[in-house]
Amino acid sequence: MATVRAHRVLPGFGLSLGFTLAYMSLIVLIPLSAVFILTSTMSVEAFLGAVASPRVIASYRLTFGASLLAAVINVVFGLLLAWALVRYRFPGKRLVDALVDLPFALPTAVAGIALTALYAKNGWLGQYLESIGIKVAFTPLGVLVALVFIGLPFVVRTVQPVLEDLDTEIEEAAASLGAGRWQTVRRVVLPTLLPALLTGFALAFARAVGEYGSVIFIAGNLPMVSEITPLIIITKLEQYDYVGATAVASVMLVASFILLLLINGLQSWTDRRAGKGA
Amino acid sequence: MAAAVTGIAMRTGAARFEANTATRDPVWVKGLVLFLGLGFFALFLLLPLIAVFVEAFRRGWSVYLAALIEPDAVSAIKLTLLAAAIAVPLNLLFGIAAAWAITKFDFRGKQMLITFIDLPFSVSPVIAGLIYVLVFGAQGWLGPWLGEHDIRIIFAVPGIVLATVFVTFPFVARELIPLMQAQGRDEEEAALVLGASGWQMFRKVTLPNIKWALLYGVILCNARAMGEFGAVSVVSGHIRGLTNTMPLHVEILYNEYQFAAAFAVASLLAALALVTLAIKAYVEWKAAPSTPPGEAP
Repeated sequence: MATVRAHRVLPGFGLSLGFTLAYMSLIVLIPLSAVFILTSTMSVEAFLGAVASPRVIASYRLTFGASLLAAVINVVFGLLLAWALVRYRFPGKRLVDALVDLPFALPTAVAGIALTALYAKNGWLGQYLESIGIKVAFTPLGVLVALVFIGLPFVVRTVQPVLEDLDTEIEEAAASLGAGRWQTVRRVVLPTLLPALLTGFALAFARAVGEYGSVIFIAGNLPMVSEITPLIIITKLEQYDYVGATAVASVMLVASFILLLLINGLQSWTDRRAGKGA
Repeated sequence: MAAAVTGIAMRTGAARFEANTATRDPVWVKGLVLFLGLGFFALFLLLPLIAVFVEAFRRGWSVYLAALIEPDAVSAIKLTLLAAAIAVPLNLLFGIAAAWAITKFDFRGKQMLITFIDLPFSVSPVIAGLIYVLVFGAQGWLGPWLGEHDIRIIFAVPGIVLATVFVTFPFVARELIPLMQAQGRDEEEAALVLGASGWQMFRKVTLPNIKWALLYGVILCNARAMGEFGAVSVVSGHIRGLTNTMPLHVEILYNEYQFAAAFAVASLLAALALVTLAIKAYVEWKAAPSTPPGEAP
């Protein structure tokens, strides 16, 4: 792997790699480095003042807490949906299968106003929830609803292919050895799906942490209550507090990088489990 | 057991599992899973989609059409098309170049390069906008120089295009890399040995092999380019008729309580999403017809 081939048969190595590196540096790496370079010029007090004020801390709690809960909900229902799509026949299955990706394709602002229309006080669902005392829109619960919406396809689409490739022979073996159906699923199938479930969980969580468009309409954005961290960055920018916005962004970026490394590790574990590893 | 398996292997998809006593769930379990899974699907995915169209047409066709032909809406639609028309080809070119370098050659740091390509997906869209403000904004690295030369990037169209390029950066590359990795180098090498030029080899061998993945990457890239909100919102400045894209126009209308108009513009974006999903389903069906499920190695 580390040794470079003595001569290359195919053309275009220098051109394609050169363009790739130049373009990636200009569009992604150099602009991203600006966040860390600007943050490193801050004094420790100024940095802590920006990233650890009570209002910002409250936003971390909401952003990471709601993202975690949304990812858990997505794992449960994503698994059920993936199971239904792979294992069962039912009418409208192809339509459901295609529409699972809707949150990938639907612009987040559209999702945001649609969810608000459903869950607002006089909305389609909101009016009934309100009458039993549940407020969704303009509360942390609204943030959760939006994050559940955008995270669902990540779990379904990581679990579904693994479930499809799963050899029926393991289940046949378990059944022939006298295991009940539930025992087989719990002791044989679910452990095989675990890496994929964790990957889907991490992907949904990572996406939810950075999400902005679908959340801000339904959240109500009350400071200390329903204000997410990406909105804090925007608010600071609008007050021309570029340095403060950048400091908060650096905290979020570090969290994203850790998640990215975690996801890469989980994905290679999933591939190894599925026997696709090198 | 072999006899039982051959009978089952002929069936495709879910029927394969439902015909096999070892993988068949009790009827009540199937009912429960379908009820919970599909109920969740209907509540969280289907209902919001329906709500967009119902709210859009709530006040009738004339209000709907008026919202779409109003000058600010038209300029938002034009700007959205322009941003996508620049971002998608650029990232298409990048995707092909990156996938070519990564899958056809060996070099150090390849794994790291693949991780870097995925970076924009794990960065919050708000931060994607912020980084260009830090580079090109009035107080940014290049701000003073740009100011002297009277070039506006932030709160202007170039900033919107840049932010769109950033958020759609990985789409084509990440569709192509796994596919071209699996296809290997043999076919291209054979073409060269047989006397094809580099361009002929690419056009006649590589391109036909990757066309479906390419199309798949392009439509997803395009959907995101036209729908991006957070990143574009940071760099746009929200100047009506000048720097508003369709998603930003939706936000402004919504915040002004012009709900019918907001949902009318949103319904165009939702229709785009549905078309994207339809093409995606078609491509998936087209790209994988050869191996019937159950007989894959």
